[in-house]
Amino acid sequence: MSRYSIFSLARNALTGHRNWPKAWRSPNPKPAYDVIIIGGGGHGLATAYYLAKNHGVTNIAVLEKGWLGGGNTGRNTTIVRSNYALPGNTLFYEHSLKLWEGLSQDLNFNVMFSQRGVINLAHSDGQRDAYKRRGNVMRINGIDAEYLDRDEVADMVPLLDTSPDARYPVKGGLLQPRAGTARHDAVAWGYARSADSYGVDIIQNCEVTGIDIENGRAVGVQTTRGAIKAAKIGTAVAGHTGHLGAMAGLRLPFETHVLQAMVSEPLKPCLDMVVTSGVAHAYISQSDKGELVFGGDLDFYPTYAQRGNFPRIEEVVETMLTMFPTFSRVRLMRSWGGVIDMTMDGSPIICKTPIDGFYIDGGWCYGGFKATPGSGWVFAHTIANDQPHELNERFTLKRFETGAVIDERGAGATAHAH
Amino acid sequence: MLHIACPWCGLRAQSEFTYANDGTLIRPDLSNDSIDDHYNYVYARDPRRGIQDEMWRHSAGCGQFLKVRRDTLTHEIHATGAPQDDLDVPKDDRS
Repeated sequence: MSRYSIFSLARNALTGHRNWPKAWRSPNPKPAYDVIIIGGGGHGLATAYYLAKNHGVTNIAVLEKGWLGGGNTGRNTTIVRSNYALPGNTLFYEHSLKLWEGLSQDLNFNVMFSQRGVINLAHSDGQRDAYKRRGNVMRINGIDAEYLDRDEVADMVPLLDTSPDARYPVKGGLLQPRAGTARHDAVAWGYARSADSYGVDIIQNCEVTGIDIENGRAVGVQTTRGAIKAAKIGTAVAGHTGHLGAMAGLRLPFETHVLQAMVSEPLKPCLDMVVTSGVAHAYISQSDKGELVFGGDLDFYPTYAQRGNFPRIEEVVETMLTMFPTFSRVRLMRSWGGVIDMTMDGSPIICKTPIDGFYIDGGWCYGGFKATPGSGWVFAHTIANDQPHELNERFTLKRFETGAVIDERGAGATAHAH
Repeated sequence: MLHIACPWCGLRAQSEFTYANDGTLIRPDLSNDSIDDHYNYVYARDPRRGIQDEMWRHSAGCGQFLKVRRDTLTHEIHATGAPQDDLDVPKDDRS
């Protein structure tokens, strides 16, 4: 891999940028690998990268049914944060955030990680208490958090309607200053390029159609490009973990739902942080191109179609406008949907399965993007050592049977309520 | 916007309805003390890429639960009926 630097940029400028090498190869699948990762999005590519970098496993294929990062890696609202309150989540997401902080240097690829701060608005006394408590939990765990009162929020986000007449009056907010946004496509490309440099085969347009199991052990996969054998198989497929689990004969605690997001036309810089509201569920930031990027709730019924319906778009826009009435004349430019695994407690599942050599990394609900580095890091550890890292040892399938669920929202076993 | 035919009120907009649950789940009897059976009812789900039966509630209408046979890949609704009805449109086996 040729390193990207100011010198390589200057050198290539002299030849009109016509001689840049390809960032990764496009190999045909070999008959067998040590490890197959199903899913060529951020999580799958990160897993392959950390398997190679941290564990010395390089005979890996990453199988992607479409194109790299064409799933939820390219469909999210790019928010990165680690403001979780429950054991199991707190330190895992903080580990992920720490990896984000060094990711551009580590990958030699600018993922445009911008620690612009994320603020969760509190709209009631109860919510204020809950956010203060969450902030305390974060600080006890060494994570940055700061509770702001209404005036401090108004100073920080001048366009936000903080008046007492607002539809959802703002009482204050919990700020995580180190949180922010990143360039989502660059994350997939950066991991792909670095994994490829270790010899990982990234195989696009290769859909897995079956999982071969012999004597309770996964031994390979059937794909649209032929059968491929592997000693270990991991899935990192947003929205389709249940589907792949069913191929392996497992009935898993996932429902697949669609989450929509949208962008406005580009504006001059006007919103320099991420603002979220948990009462009127919406989250909004401004991209480096100037578009307002925002989203809200699921469509609330199971679907595998990567598109949603208009009632949700209307509601998300209305919600966003209750927070920022000034955006009411801005035109919506695009909207899209991505399908996600909703788990029964709102937290992910990264673990071994009852089938030897078959591992799953899924159930990212609303928030897989922020977890990309951490997820790949612990999933690589789980696959390489055939046992979880302490950071993901609570993200098991068993927790639903034993009752050790990690339910941040306290919504119970209704997948779409998380 | 989905258009859902409520068996009691007729064709109405999606925004009057609330999705409730997988329409094929049957709650184990309370005398059943198998953890597996209760786990399967509460937590485990069958991923259906294609036609599936669902329970919806006409929450901003008559308030009744109804069964909806819907395609999760196209959003097409093939049939609706009362919860106890056997919908007579053939299922497909896409997955």
